[in-house]
Amino acid sequence: MTSLIDFIIRQQDLILSRLAEHSAMVLTALSISIVVGVTIGYLITYNKHVAKVVIYMCGMIMTIPSLALFVFFIPIFGLGPRPAIAGLVLYTLLPIVRNVYVGITNIDPAIIMAARGMGMTELAITFKIKIPLALPVAFAGIRTAVVMGIGLGAIAAFIAAGGLGVFIFQGINRGNTNMILVGALFTTILAVIVDRVMQFIQRQTEKMVR
Amino acid sequence: MIRLENVSKIYPGQGEPVIENLNLEIQSGEICVLVGESGCGKTTTMRMINKIIPHTGGTIYVDGKDISTIDATELRLNIGYVIQEIGLFPHYTIEKNIATVPIEKKWDKQRIAGRVKELMELMELDYDAYAKKKPRHLSGGQRQRVGVARALAADPPIMLMDEPFGALDPITRMNLQNEFIRIQARIKKTIVFVTHDIDEAVKMGDKIAVMHQGKLVQFGSPQDILTRPTDEFVENLVGHNRILKRFSLIECRAINPSAAVYKLDSERAEIIRRIENFERTSSFPVIGIIDDDYRPIGYIPMFKYEAGDETPIEDRIKKIKPIQTIEDSATLFDALGRLFSSSERCVFRMEPGGRCTGIITMGDLFEAVRVNG
Repeated sequence: MTSLIDFIIRQQDLILSRLAEHSAMVLTALSISIVVGVTIGYLITYNKHVAKVVIYMCGMIMTIPSLALFVFFIPIFGLGPRPAIAGLVLYTLLPIVRNVYVGITNIDPAIIMAARGMGMTELAITFKIKIPLALPVAFAGIRTAVVMGIGLGAIAAFIAAGGLGVFIFQGINRGNTNMILVGALFTTILAVIVDRVMQFIQRQTEKMVR
Repeated sequence: MIRLENVSKIYPGQGEPVIENLNLEIQSGEICVLVGESGCGKTTTMRMINKIIPHTGGTIYVDGKDISTIDATELRLNIGYVIQEIGLFPHYTIEKNIATVPIEKKWDKQRIAGRVKELMELMELDYDAYAKKKPRHLSGGQRQRVGVARALAADPPIMLMDEPFGALDPITRMNLQNEFIRIQARIKKTIVFVTHDIDEAVKMGDKIAVMHQGKLVQFGSPQDILTRPTDEFVENLVGHNRILKRFSLIECRAINPSAAVYKLDSERAEIIRRIENFERTSSFPVIGIIDDDYRPIGYIPMFKYEAGDETPIEDRIKKIKPIQTIEDSATLFDALGRLFSSSERCVFRMEPGGRCTGIITMGDLFEAVRVNG
């Protein structure tokens, strides 16, 4: 235990820079994933059949082992963070697409009918009604995606993407328990803190629409 | 004015038209009720007027203009729309809900605020108590008031109301119907009102359009529909108790109750005179007693006066608890309901402001229908 604390203190600069690397990778991936996922989730609300296919496909991607998905992108992007980001984007798409879709389709149809009947344009309905009302559910999906992304990001070290996973892989190779623990511990702490912050924001969005 | 000319609606892939060759003319300032069983096409007809459902044949004119030449958004912004489920925006305050159309029409803030206040007053919603609340804090009746206020917000000449009071409990529904009739007398909108309830149709409509299987089967005044149904379908729809339904056509204020009311203190002499000179004129011989603020106290049952009977007036009064009252804008049908729930078979007619103007009894109802029939 003391040796673990010693290790953390000695290596604090390295830990912080890995943490930053990890956060940057997840943040980049999730930014792309949110933009793409929200757009897809919104667009598929206009066609039930397309929605079914798209959500099924996103679900299929999730069944691919993460490591395989990362490796799959190496021929396209080379080694480093880029194939990792591509993998993370694909992997975190499902919760976002699905929750945005569910969030919008679960809005009471009477609300949309009233809005349309009173002469609100499709644009106004989207931005003033659909998006705000779907926000809590959509945000819950984003929260799931972010936490998932942080966990998966650790595996990305295997394809030389950096991040907290580096400690884990190097620790395993060198038989250094402290290194493994540091990697696992900080990944967990990051995930828990981000989850809590996002939970707080999610509650605020819930209050807003009720 | 709204005019439908040979309008039909056929959904692609379906052979049978949902609406067939519909001709209908709704005059300005009138409530036209579309009534029929579910699936008869009444809601479809209404939704074709604001282009929520596009019609596939014929022409629909709103204020003389063919609606296929008008942009849907522009058309709808000038037509108020109320639906049974109300569809208030749960994330907006009551104030902002009511302001929906004015905001879409880009009115300035001050004008919107003034209009919202005015409408909440009109719909008898306390501005200070509710303007900043979210819809979930309101009761069903209050929410539908907001729904109507929202539809009236930009003062559209035309309103479409799809079973607006259908989801409310009977008492709230009756109150809102009566209030709406009162408001309509002032604002004179051209209204298309959809309901499956023939009683509501008779009560609300200046004209009634009875629909059956996508066709208009009869169009006329409530009186016409009740007294001269054109075919068996309409006859069945209005039911066998047509006389009873005529009660919904007469307001309480229009009748002359056989039992007058007197003020206990200031008209004491008149009360004594009535008791002493009693002659049986009605089947339920009473006189009503009110206080000097016109609040009902009870009634005195009238019997043949025995000379020398010194029973003081106070002891002759039958106090009724609880006292059944009815607003004079309510219909005789409402009064009938109250009569049945009153243990005494009499109900006090009240003016707005709470002044009692008479006692209505069962005999008065029959007399009114006989005279007006």
